[in-house]
Amino acid sequence: MSIEDLSQISQAERDARDAIGHQINVCVAASCLSLQSDKVKEELEKAVEAKGKKDCCKVRGVGCMGLCAAGPLVAVEKEKVLYQGVTPEDAPAIVDALGGEPVARIQGDLEAPFFARQQKIVLENCGRIDPERIEEYIAADGYLALIDTLTAMTPIGVVQQVTRSGLRGRGGAGYPTGLKWATVNKSQGTRKFVICNGDEGDPGAFMDRAVLESDPHRILEGMALAGYAVGASQGFVYVRAEYPLAIKRLKLAIKQAEKMGLLGASIGGTTFGFNVDIRLGAGAFVCGEETALISSVEGGRGTPRPRPPYPAESGLWGYPTLINNVETLANIPTILRNGPEWFARIGTAKSRGTKVFALAGAITNTGLIEVPMGMPLREIIFDIGGGVPDGKAFKAVQTGGPSGGCIPESGLDMPCDYESLAKLGSIMGSGGMIVMDETSSMVDVAKFFMEFCMDESCGKCVPCRVGTAQMHELLRQISAGEATARELALLEHLCDVVKSTSLCGLGQSAPNPVLSTLHYFRDEYESKIAAGEAAAAGHAPPAGGAA
Amino acid sequence: MSGRPSAKPAAGAPSSKVKTLTIDDRLVSAREDESILDAARQNGIQIPTLCNLDGLTPVGACRLCMVEVKGSSRLFASCVTMVGEGMEVVTDSERLQKYRKTIVELLFSERNHVCAVCVSNGHCELQNLAQTLGVTHLTVPYLHPKLPVDASHERFVNDHNRCVLCQRCVRVCGEVEGAHTWDLRGRGIDTRVITDLNQPWGSSETCTGCGKCVHVCPTGALTEKGKSIREMAKQSRFLPYLTMMREDRSE
Ligand SMILES: Cc1cc2nc3c(=O)[nH]c(=O)nc-3n(C[C@H](O)[C@H](O)[C@H](O)COP(=O)(O)O)c2cc1C
Ligand code: SF4
Ligand code: SF4
Ligand code: SF4
Ligand code: FES
Ligand code: FES
Repeated sequence: MSIEDLSQISQAERDARDAIGHQINVCVAASCLSLQSDKVKEELEKAVEAKGKKDCCKVRGVGCMGLCAAGPLVAVEKEKVLYQGVTPEDAPAIVDALGGEPVARIQGDLEAPFFARQQKIVLENCGRIDPERIEEYIAADGYLALIDTLTAMTPIGVVQQVTRSGLRGRGGAGYPTGLKWATVNKSQGTRKFVICNGDEGDPGAFMDRAVLESDPHRILEGMALAGYAVGASQGFVYVRAEYPLAIKRLKLAIKQAEKMGLLGASIGGTTFGFNVDIRLGAGAFVCGEETALISSVEGGRGTPRPRPPYPAESGLWGYPTLINNVETLANIPTILRNGPEWFARIGTAKSRGTKVFALAGAITNTGLIEVPMGMPLREIIFDIGGGVPDGKAFKAVQTGGPSGGCIPESGLDMPCDYESLAKLGSIMGSGGMIVMDETSSMVDVAKFFMEFCMDESCGKCVPCRVGTAQMHELLRQISAGEATARELALLEHLCDVVKSTSLCGLGQSAPNPVLSTLHYFRDEYESKIAAGEAAAAGHAPPAGGAA
Repeated sequence: MSGRPSAKPAAGAPSSKVKTLTIDDRLVSAREDESILDAARQNGIQIPTLCNLDGLTPVGACRLCMVEVKGSSRLFASCVTMVGEGMEVVTDSERLQKYRKTIVELLFSERNHVCAVCVSNGHCELQNLAQTLGVTHLTVPYLHPKLPVDASHERFVNDHNRCVLCQRCVRVCGEVEGAHTWDLRGRGIDTRVITDLNQPWGSSETCTGCGKCVHVCPTGALTEKGKSIREMAKQSRFLPYLTMMREDRSE
């Protein structure tokens, strides 16, 4: 496969698309699929057939278009028409309207801030190409960066490009990607590995799933480029078994890429070979932690081990291993195609590029968005997210999942980047964003996340194993109005112990939701405590009327 | 030695590079592949430990051996942190004492440690830790789990009520005896040691009955049958000797 071959495929694909009068895209990603978008697709195909429009109209399934809240979504590509909340019964009307006035009843607004304010790199193909056809990825300039790089750049050159882009790991900690690549590149090993971390265990997060389902070739290309840069010839994608569609599409994508010589031996006629295999996770949150993930891939129990040594030096079976998040790797092809300077111009000085967020909770436009780093939280939640529904007031936004924290109204004007979120007592995390309205009890929010950490603790180290269970019980007591100031003090002490002494990130960050809600919403804890003290003193207010 | 570029030691061979560091303001030297804990012990500085046992691969699970290293706000488990040149280690401070006490309390709260009726009473590492660290009562509530006792083995007993999940039994059986009878199942607070694939110990087809697990077990979780209260003293000293002799033979 050479650049010429790629552009030939690309040209043929574009010609074929131009020849079609109308292109109807139906979102068949998980959320829309659960609303029977496959049925919608079927009915659309039938309607096209019945109305004799087969020659000028094509229906295809695409990945997540982002506005999952309004699903199932259907887009008519060239006319730039979006339909939302489509039912199978709408199919004939949609087909009749082709080339004329759109069906107003179900028409969505593509000029709305939800679409207009986003900037897409990672999701640039999501909802636009058929994830099951490699030709469509190639027509969107896919694999261009790979072939170009293999023939024109040294591995160290690739590392330098990634370093200059300023890309940081999207798996949570924001570690500079270029620096990690340089370390693995320099590590001595007779073999090296690349792992794509697609474990994605945060509750409410589905960024990585969307990419894997909607644009799987982007990940394969990113991994192959990573393999070339660090000197690895084998890659593994670690995906949780709960993502069957992602697994199916990845498998298909690997086969297609192998067939075209874009994976396997001597890619693009060079001496570089790279293979990708899939490894399934059983859905344990802790298996997203890199050393636990490695142990799981090796066939062991998925528990973390102390670092150092870091995987970059001693990873899979003791060999130097590069481990990156799905979204991190998804940025790579575009960075190499457009150049690091282009990428570095997006975002803020220390947080370059864009970030994908999964909007969930009390927010109108639940779904998937991608925005430049540094966009104020207020803009994300109120302009793009459409604010809090049902006329309720905003209370807090939880970022970073069970390792993150809750940010109140007063923090909403901070730019959304790694440093600012840390300053607010939360973290960027992998991109989950859960909005809470005035009806949420912050003690219960803390309890929810603590329960999650307690259930997901691997049980290896004492502070996390026993501490999370103790903290959960204390939060239960506080929430139920059964606790006194003593329990609150003990809770704060345990937060300190567990944070400071746990072995891995799970335990070290498990207290964060408690600490941040205590910081911003201490009054809610205190009113619960007051109820508990009153009960202890024997003049209990009626249960439930406490807070 | 010092001026020359350092070659990586060949795999398996002990490193010959020596580092100089201070532990509690004392200048000490240690091989670069030795842990802070090793270096401290060689110099008579005591750091509390529980999961660690000389002769077994360290796992860093109990977190009692954590120390401060100047220049970092993080704490380090000394059993799994290698020495570094110029490192300044503090093994005892108010903060460390506070954490260690709480960790021991958490262990007591996790299972049902009724020392008065325990065969290991008086010979128990958990008890000793509580005494050295001054844990006289618990500030965290007892969790009171309902746990079984497996007395199906001809000579030994496994009482889950006394287990601290240090994994010493798992490691000695896998690494030294080579039988791999022990393992862990479940996660979080529901983690348990198991024999074979969670079968009664007595029906285990892999257990050789060597008793190594019993003698490395720091508490009254694994004991010999027929011992009465206070009678179960463990002999874990065999281990460093055994591993040393084996290493010698293999060279
Ligand atoms: C408890 C825990 C869970 C994690 N889960 C994930 C995950 O699901 N996906 C992920 O990419 N990284 C996860 N991480 C972070 C990984 O350990 C690792 O840092 C990351 O995959 C590195 O990739 P990056 O540099 O591209 O961010 C988790 C970390 C911890 C401590
Ligand atoms: S912090 Fe929790 S998840 Fe991590 S090793 Fe310890 S027990 Fe396991
Ligand atoms: S194992 Fe130790 S701490 Fe537990 S009951 Fe027995 S003597 Fe007490
Ligand atoms: S049975 Fe004994 S040696 Fe095994 S994990 Fe429990 S306390 Fe440790
Ligand atoms: S799944 Fe269809 S828009 Fe997200
Ligand atoms: S002795 Fe170091 S963690 Fe247990």
